[in-house]
Amino acid sequence: MNWLPFPPEASSYSGRVDTIFFSLLALCFVVALGVFGLILFFCVRYREGSSAPRSAKRPHSAPIEVTWMVIPMIIFLVVFVFAGKEYAYMYSPPSTGTEIDVVGKQWMWKMLHADGQREIDQLHIPINQDIIITLTSEDVIHSFYIPAFRIKHDAVPGSYSRFWFRAVKAGTYHIFCAQYCGMNHSQMIGEVVAMAPNDYAKWEEQGHPASDMVQSGETLFHQVGCSGCHAPTATIHAPLLEGLYGKPVALQDGTIVTADRQYLRDSILLPNKQIAAGFAPVMPTYQGQLTEEQVNELVAYIISMRNAQTPVEQRNTAP
Amino acid sequence: MITSAPPSPRERLQPSYLSDGTTLGSWLFTRDHKRIALLYLFSITTFFLVGGTAAILMRLELLSPTPYLVTSETYNRLFTLHGVIMVWFFLIPAIPNVFGNFLLPLMIGARDLAFPRLNLASWYIFMAGAALVLYSILEGGADTGWTFYTPYSSTYSNGYVVAMASGIFIAGFSTIITGLNFIVTIHTMRAPGLRWFRLPLFVWSLYSTSIIMVLATPVLAITLLLICLERLGGIPIFNPNFGGDPLLFQHLFWFYSHPAVYIMILPGMGVVSEIVTCFSRRRIFGYTFVAYSSLAIAFLGFLVWGHHMFVSGQSIYSGMIFSLLSFLVSIPSAVKVFNWTATFYQGRIRFDTPLLYILGFIGLFTIGGLTGLVLASLALDIHLHDTYFVIAHFHYIMVGGMVMAYFAALHFWWPKITGKIYPEWPARIAAVTIFIGFNLTFFPQFLLGYMGMPRRYPYYPPEFHFLNVCSTCGAAVLGLGYLLPALYLTYSLFFGPKASDNPWRATGLEWQTTSPPPTRNFLEIPVVTREAYDYDYIDSPLLADKEAHDD
Repeated sequence: MNWLPFPPEASSYSGRVDTIFFSLLALCFVVALGVFGLILFFCVRYREGSSAPRSAKRPHSAPIEVTWMVIPMIIFLVVFVFAGKEYAYMYSPPSTGTEIDVVGKQWMWKMLHADGQREIDQLHIPINQDIIITLTSEDVIHSFYIPAFRIKHDAVPGSYSRFWFRAVKAGTYHIFCAQYCGMNHSQMIGEVVAMAPNDYAKWEEQGHPASDMVQSGETLFHQVGCSGCHAPTATIHAPLLEGLYGKPVALQDGTIVTADRQYLRDSILLPNKQIAAGFAPVMPTYQGQLTEEQVNELVAYIISMRNAQTPVEQRNTAP
Repeated sequence: MITSAPPSPRERLQPSYLSDGTTLGSWLFTRDHKRIALLYLFSITTFFLVGGTAAILMRLELLSPTPYLVTSETYNRLFTLHGVIMVWFFLIPAIPNVFGNFLLPLMIGARDLAFPRLNLASWYIFMAGAALVLYSILEGGADTGWTFYTPYSSTYSNGYVVAMASGIFIAGFSTIITGLNFIVTIHTMRAPGLRWFRLPLFVWSLYSTSIIMVLATPVLAITLLLICLERLGGIPIFNPNFGGDPLLFQHLFWFYSHPAVYIMILPGMGVVSEIVTCFSRRRIFGYTFVAYSSLAIAFLGFLVWGHHMFVSGQSIYSGMIFSLLSFLVSIPSAVKVFNWTATFYQGRIRFDTPLLYILGFIGLFTIGGLTGLVLASLALDIHLHDTYFVIAHFHYIMVGGMVMAYFAALHFWWPKITGKIYPEWPARIAAVTIFIGFNLTFFPQFLLGYMGMPRRYPYYPPEFHFLNVCSTCGAAVLGLGYLLPALYLTYSLFFGPKASDNPWRATGLEWQTTSPPPTRNFLEIPVVTREAYDYDYIDSPLLADKEAHDD
């Protein structure tokens, strides 16, 4: 039996995380050994009744104090920089990669691939490709944790968190929920299956989803009535969504925000939170009428229009 | 090296606080800080047993990777109970309300705290809060964890969250009152000649602790109130579906709860300073640095709450700042450890039980602190957050540090509190047993954490089995270790030899009055002419001659 099941170093950065960890551990070990060694030495040498000399003069403490404050401070700064750099790297997704949306729910993980494939508690990914996760939760806070990849991020209801990883070793690894989320928290376990590219292509073939995320989003866009106001042909004065994603948006209160995923999501579910300048706050909320996955699909559809031309002339003809 | 002594002549003049009234009423309506300390001692010992029992049940369930003893639902209630009871009804009141209450007036040469009635009221408020928490437990408990994270606690949990949160809310007032009482007492009631930099370091640590108690606890009260408002009144403060912010709760909660960690550990550090000097017969190395480091911890402790939220979605820049500040807050703690170590240099070290506990404290606290650096390192926290590594880290601080200091204090001041001497050898054996049991319990949890085992899992993948079994075996040893003092200390109460006024030949003012002290503490208020910890003076042959003449 493997009594010390060291998690495999299966992502591109897990090796570096381990290096930082073991270097810091070695440093801690030296410090602890120094302190404990000294205490032990003093305890033996200066035990009551020992013949070790004791001088009546006491050393002046200030220079010593400053020394043992400054030296750790310098060491800490070095550790801080290394660990901080890696943190920024792990939590800043690259601009392109395979996008996968993950939704946590008591007590399961739902994975939405861009091609329309859906999985529950299983995530198939190709190795050696950057996988970008957009994470949210539809109820309480969960935490998406893959020890083998050394990655974790909380799934917070109402917001999208984005992080990334690149698997470098094919295999099946645990996905844990790390944030306590109620009764079956410990059963909210899934697995990530990292596959060689051709195996992954085979797996992808088997799925045959009827439509991909964008197509589902487009269907939904018409079905639930978004197009009634937001389509270029609509007669109601509503912001157009073509070319919106990633652009700055001026708000009623004078602030300017970027139309990112979070903004799109909030606009659908909490339409009164950020009113675009020049528009009346007339949009109804879709809270409770769309599932998290449907919101994901709508967002995917709106993102897909990012390069579309805004049909200005049509808008101008509207009353 | 405790010496027993015949009753001192002074004792016949004034009865000790223990014999000054024997009715139940004389205890329940007492305004004597020493009796109130004992009321707290009995209460928190009971709560320690309750919280400990929950821990044992959890460790038993974790013997097997699959369900065999309790359901998930019960397990979730057990760790909530364990956390709530241990944090608010044992660790926070342990040293301030028991030893702080008992010793603060004695150490500064006062007859009582500044507000004796308020002091008694604090105990009643504390017990009222505890009663509400115990009620919620008996009704079925809450399953939110001691952290009450929203929106689980505010919207989804079906446990007795409001009752439990209200209990903590009420108990918080007891903490605030005690802190206020201590601050006023230290400012206004010091004996003549007892300047700030002659104060015992335990008093400095109590002063720093009190500042945190007064400033941080109201934030906890507000936070818990908001949860109750949302649960009862439906005001969606933390509910994202109505634009609420679940992370706001974490900010508020940790703004209190991180400083609260220092409420728990700072008084323990004060105890260490007292005992290290006494048993190495040396003045403390770097008195002012140790004193100011307590204040520095109290101040910096308010600025690091965000390190509990590195993976929660706060911005990378917030993460950076909180990480840097978390490294900074470790400096004053390191200063203390280095100064204690240096105090041993050229000492005359005696290995009585209190020092054994303190050596345990320094070792375990150092490991707890160093692993804290690991968690403050951002990239490492991504992997280790919410795993057993965190559990091990804070138990090394809270149990390895704080509870060790608590037991050290209990043994060190036992002769003063009870007037009796505890048996030395059983006490030493218990100290070593607790040390070994503790490490067996919690060291495997560091490994489990790095392997990736998340916290709050009753059932777990089979590869974590072996280390969990180790940990549970350790818990059995630790539990036994905790039972031993209950036995021999109780024994010593009835059959122990009488203690002299100053059995350890320590410098503090509390040792200059009788053991146990009279109700009014001192026959005459002492006048202080020397710095704290002048062991050269107390041990000098000259003084021994003088004392011989006086007798």
